[in-house]
Amino acid sequence: MAEATSTQRLQLVEDWAADVAVFRGVPWGKAMMWIFLLSDTFIFSCFLTSYMTVRMTSAEAWPNPSEVFALEAFGVPVPLLLIAIMTFILISSSGTMAMAVNMGYRRKRVGAALLMVVTALFGASFVGMQAFEWYKLIVEEGVRPWGNPMGAAQFGSCFFMITGFHGLHVSAGVVYLLIVAYRVWRGRYEEKGYDIVEITGLYWHFVDLVWVFIFAFFYLW
Amino acid sequence: MAVEAQVPYQEAIDVHHPHSWLARYWFSQDHKVIAIQYGITAIGVGLVALVLSGMMRLQLGFPDSFDFIDPEAYYQFITMHGMIMVIYLLTALLLGGFGNYLVPLMCGARDMVFPFVNMISYHVYFVSVLILLASYFVPGGPTGAGWTLYPPQAILTGTPGVDWGILTMLVSLAVFIVAFTMGGLNYVTTILQARTRGMSLMRMPLSIWGIFMATVLGLLAFPALFVSAVMMILDKTIGTSFFMPAISSLGEQLDYSGGSPLLFQHLFWFFGHPEVYIVALPAFGIVSDLISTHARKNIFGYRMMVWAIVAIGVLSFIVWAHHMYVSGMHPYFGFFFATTTLIIAVPTAIKVYNWTLTLLRANIHMTVPMLFSIAFVITFVVGGLTGLFLGNVIVDVPLSDTYFVVAHFHMVMGVSPILVIFGAIYHWYPKMTGKMLDDRIGQLHFWITFLGTYAIYYPMHYLGFVGVPRRYFANGEMAIIDESVILLNQGITIAALIVGVAQILFIWNLIYSYYRGRDSGPNPWKATTLEWQTPETPPRHGNWESRLPTVYRWAYDYSVPGAKDDFIPQSEPSAGEREGAPLA
Repeated sequence: MAEATSTQRLQLVEDWAADVAVFRGVPWGKAMMWIFLLSDTFIFSCFLTSYMTVRMTSAEAWPNPSEVFALEAFGVPVPLLLIAIMTFILISSSGTMAMAVNMGYRRKRVGAALLMVVTALFGASFVGMQAFEWYKLIVEEGVRPWGNPMGAAQFGSCFFMITGFHGLHVSAGVVYLLIVAYRVWRGRYEEKGYDIVEITGLYWHFVDLVWVFIFAFFYLW
Repeated sequence: MAVEAQVPYQEAIDVHHPHSWLARYWFSQDHKVIAIQYGITAIGVGLVALVLSGMMRLQLGFPDSFDFIDPEAYYQFITMHGMIMVIYLLTALLLGGFGNYLVPLMCGARDMVFPFVNMISYHVYFVSVLILLASYFVPGGPTGAGWTLYPPQAILTGTPGVDWGILTMLVSLAVFIVAFTMGGLNYVTTILQARTRGMSLMRMPLSIWGIFMATVLGLLAFPALFVSAVMMILDKTIGTSFFMPAISSLGEQLDYSGGSPLLFQHLFWFFGHPEVYIVALPAFGIVSDLISTHARKNIFGYRMMVWAIVAIGVLSFIVWAHHMYVSGMHPYFGFFFATTTLIIAVPTAIKVYNWTLTLLRANIHMTVPMLFSIAFVITFVVGGLTGLFLGNVIVDVPLSDTYFVVAHFHMVMGVSPILVIFGAIYHWYPKMTGKMLDDRIGQLHFWITFLGTYAIYYPMHYLGFVGVPRRYFANGEMAIIDESVILLNQGITIAALIVGVAQILFIWNLIYSYYRGRDSGPNPWKATTLEWQTPETPPRHGNWESRLPTVYRWAYDYSVPGAKDDFIPQSEPSAGEREGAPLA
């Protein structure tokens, strides 16, 4: 085991000392997507850090997320019910995405395309539920970006800004998935290979991962 | 060939050769055309900023003499001058311009990895410049919040441009960041994944190392600016309170409450300090190559130079709050950030020593690029030393917000990178056009610019020591404003106007030499790096003939004992390596 890690370490040195490419066998698009995601990570980190900062500086009490985000089921308010479903859907979509990547590399293009469409549908339903959540907060509970009846105004500001920005990412991902799925289905990548499915997948998994953080910091804190 | 099979990317880029004017010069995917587009746009908008600085100097040197400069206009000049110079000129020219031009050529690639994205990057940048300039045509004019755009004042009544100007500024910045990201992803991926055979990272010219690290910094630092721009737009338009505390303005209690102005400063400087190095690192890299080439000597301590660039890049992310010593943040933070700030002086000093040691006993050719390079080293030392004053909390507090700060940052991140940019343009213009820039106009331009900048910024240190505050429209009757301050301000203004007007020489030189310049030939400076070994000058789209060059050595084989010439190109095999693998 220790021996394996030391060869791996040597491999790392060898890769970085090599000519042509640092990441051998990694297509350009994949390398570029990784670097883009690194940059995007910084965007979300800044958003979340800012949220934590204003949550601490704001003078008023922070609304209790378990009450704000509760959903009435069979006459009882269940905390975080909707969010639990949304999270479950998004994580399931990561599963179908991973299966699509597998299908792609096995050159089963129809299967890959279908699984990507399923992933996109999961994503679209996530965005739809998010729209429902926004509707409920805005219309029924009176939460606005500039204020709300439950407490600190920054609650609404941060919530709409961060989930909105994430929702845009998911929506963009749905469009991206559908375009790539269509092209896969038409056989456009038969010669080039199916790295594109994995690259799309990287973006999709990233959006899911970001959601996990938003979930933890917003709904559980 | 088995070796060829390892490098499938040689054929991967589909090189277009369009024929219509629009397709060749506007919708071009050639990195060299895009570089020149970036360069011309950046220099154009930079000239606007230069004129603005002249107007500020008119007011400071001769207050109350010019009717068209009222306090509002003055603050708008300050803001637009600062923002344009830092972002739309320096960042765009060094990374969009030189980054685009040099990365594929110096790495031995045919183009950037995604030429289409690269083209869009320029178009989006162009749009961001248009939005920025549009702020002069919206009601109320551009914002006058200062280039740091600190809230709450940036979006409160009383600041010029509070209705529209601040929004055009923020939107323009967000659009610029999108453009930069598209370009930056290309530069980084090209450097990491698309070098030619034999070009290992440790054989790359330092220009590429500087551009690489600066682009990485940009990709990780611009997000903070993007986020703060989004949040401030929301504060301004729909009334959120991210940055706005409970506040009363003009006797009226506003609807804001509970936000944190300090948060904006942290976000802004988390971007703002790496931004200093986004501008400085490409300049460091380029000047290393200029010095080595024009001194006919290998760069001293190449590995140390590379690691210094990397170390500066990493450290630049943990020094940001040294811009905030007087903001009211916790003093322990000041202690931490002062320490990291002074640590960053170590790799920087290593670089300065290595430049001077490269020059030591070298065969120095006093060409125009060399003059600018030496001027850079001197200016950078001056600006760096005043940085030691400002990096220490206890010395910074009395100097904060005086002209000492203005002198410091103009020397270190205004004049220094601009000198390198001039040197680099004189150096690479022959490759871009096939013509030499006129040497005598160049010398004249250099001496006026170099001495002129000292006439401008040296006295500002004194102004700062006597306590003249910066960003004041007029100093009025303060006790510290004695005869010497008034005289110096007049002298600075005259020098600034001369330097400003002298840039016509440079523009004239660019245009004149394009039509009437002496033919340069492929390698006028006898340089080793790959861009000088292209089959054609200027290189056509695709850069190389059917085969990419192979690299056999580092970029600094100058004056090698026993060699035929005093330089050996990187693509020149040594006797033993002619047939074998390039990397032993």
